[in-house]
Amino acid sequence: MSILLSNISKHFGQFAALHDIDLEIPEGELVALLGPSGCGKTTLLRIIAGLEQADKGKIFLKGEDKTDLHVSQRGIGFVFQHYALFRHMTVFDNVAFGMRVKDKKVRPSEAEIAKKTHALLELVQLDWLHNRFPDQLSGGQRQRIALARALAVEPSVLLLDEPFGALDASVRKDLRQWLRNLHHELNVTSIFVTHDQEEAMEVASQVVVLNKGRIEQQGSPAEIYDYPANEFVSKFIGQTNEFTLEHQTIDWFKHIGLLISEQSKVAHVRPHDIEIAKSTNNDTPITLKDWQHLGALIRIELTKTLPNGKPKLVYVEMPNEQFKRLQLNRGDKVDLKIRHAHWFN
Amino acid sequence: MSQSRIMPGFRPTVSFTVFYLSLVVLIPLSTLVFKSFELNFDDYLNIITNKRVVAAFRVSFGTALGAAVIASFFGFIVAWVLTRYTFSGKRFFHALIDLPFALPTAVAGIVLATIFQPSGMLGKFLKTHFDLQIGFKPAGIVVALIFISIPFVVRTVEPVLQEFDSRMEEAASSLGATRWQVFTKIIFPNIFPALLTGFALSFARGVGEYGSVIFIAGNLPYVSEIVPLLIITKLEQYDMAGATAIALTMLVISFLLLLLINLLQHWVRKRSGQL
Repeated sequence: MSILLSNISKHFGQFAALHDIDLEIPEGELVALLGPSGCGKTTLLRIIAGLEQADKGKIFLKGEDKTDLHVSQRGIGFVFQHYALFRHMTVFDNVAFGMRVKDKKVRPSEAEIAKKTHALLELVQLDWLHNRFPDQLSGGQRQRIALARALAVEPSVLLLDEPFGALDASVRKDLRQWLRNLHHELNVTSIFVTHDQEEAMEVASQVVVLNKGRIEQQGSPAEIYDYPANEFVSKFIGQTNEFTLEHQTIDWFKHIGLLISEQSKVAHVRPHDIEIAKSTNNDTPITLKDWQHLGALIRIELTKTLPNGKPKLVYVEMPNEQFKRLQLNRGDKVDLKIRHAHWFN
Repeated sequence: MSQSRIMPGFRPTVSFTVFYLSLVVLIPLSTLVFKSFELNFDDYLNIITNKRVVAAFRVSFGTALGAAVIASFFGFIVAWVLTRYTFSGKRFFHALIDLPFALPTAVAGIVLATIFQPSGMLGKFLKTHFDLQIGFKPAGIVVALIFISIPFVVRTVEPVLQEFDSRMEEAASSLGATRWQVFTKIIFPNIFPALLTGFALSFARGVGEYGSVIFIAGNLPYVSEIVPLLIITKLEQYDMAGATAIALTMLVISFLLLLLINLLQHWVRKRSGQL
């Protein structure tokens, strides 16, 4: 185990930010801590780093108990959302900082520091900027420098707090790819915090979903998506349609292909797990309301008036071509068929 | 001038600035220069190289420099405490800092003189326990100047400390820096230009200060007599030319010193990428 957390709790005044968190992260993984804002993910990351102290619990990094060690003694690399580069130092000095503050006995010579700094700057493809100041760089460049700076101390774990949060969409996309490749190359155990499920799915090899200070589920992106442990995870990861089982809706559920299970009350259906077809009989109560182009996919909005009189919106996604073949217009009546659903209590 | 400017109002604001500077600064100062032209150069040199005058210059600039250094040190600590910590009575201390700005300097001088004179509260204590005399000595001048110049340092350093991104400190710690290294390599270099401004302001204030100093200084010629007092003395003797000669010299030296500090500041900012 590269990172082992046991029983971590943290309160801010009356507010409980984390409840009894247990987490194991194997060597070499790239883990996403995913959750809505205020779920405690950044607090957890800062506790692992030592920038925040847990009220109780233990932190082991590579088998060593680091709970009571100061952040400077933990051997971690930390990357901040807003980069936190040293404004008064050049890019080169920023990256070299971690090596220069080392104790005299273990500090490399200035020549070695220079060599390693340039190597790291090559790694993030920014060596040509080495004598600039942070204020002269773009956001994406700053974040890559911040990463190079964190890697300079050869951390046993790399912690990234919303590393792409302050960047614009296209830069973010590039950097995600780049971070994954870099991780592949270096293989240092890394944790990054994000509130963007797409980012977590795309970059991470393991996803930890947090909510209200508790871990809801941990697993590979595929596991989390295909087998959500509970309603929260299912709703948070990707789009979902919610169907609540009531006395009056049983018949309709059977009709559209929802297999009703004995104990469960709520079914979650992904938009792409629904098939639609033009209805032949005109008194089907489902109407096509509107659709939007999402690039390769079309998102279709359907409405139905439930037996209890409330309107219900259902979202369906399908490839462009398939939708064209159906030749549907706004206001058309349609039939539904549900291929797959997750049931929750 | 067909090129249009992005910022509107260039002409009125620049005209106003020039007008204001002329009226309030340049015209009064130029009369000083013209007045001193009544002297020929030899007379001027004679006045300036007079032993008593040279001693007064040494006292004025020496004490102002010393006070500015000490005020910068303690002012920095005060600003640090006021921005970094929360404690009861903080607002009260905040208000207290500005008091020397508002207090008539003569009042400050009289109060300080009363406490620090050899028979005064602190003066007696220092005399009997440490054999130190502050009142009526150059050290007394330094004390008075520190008193009036500390707010300049506090109020210039404080906003910069307040805006300082504490994530930079966290980043430095995570890279293995000790607390002392974080302070010397991260915090201090970022604060230094502001501290230098505070230093320059206190120094300038100290050189020109009159009211608070004359009560505590003792005004002993060659020992604790300051230049402003010498100028007043000359004026009282209707030696207008002598007074202006000394004033002009003081003006030039002060200007050169402030210019030097400004250049230093420019250099510091440039070196740390703030320009």
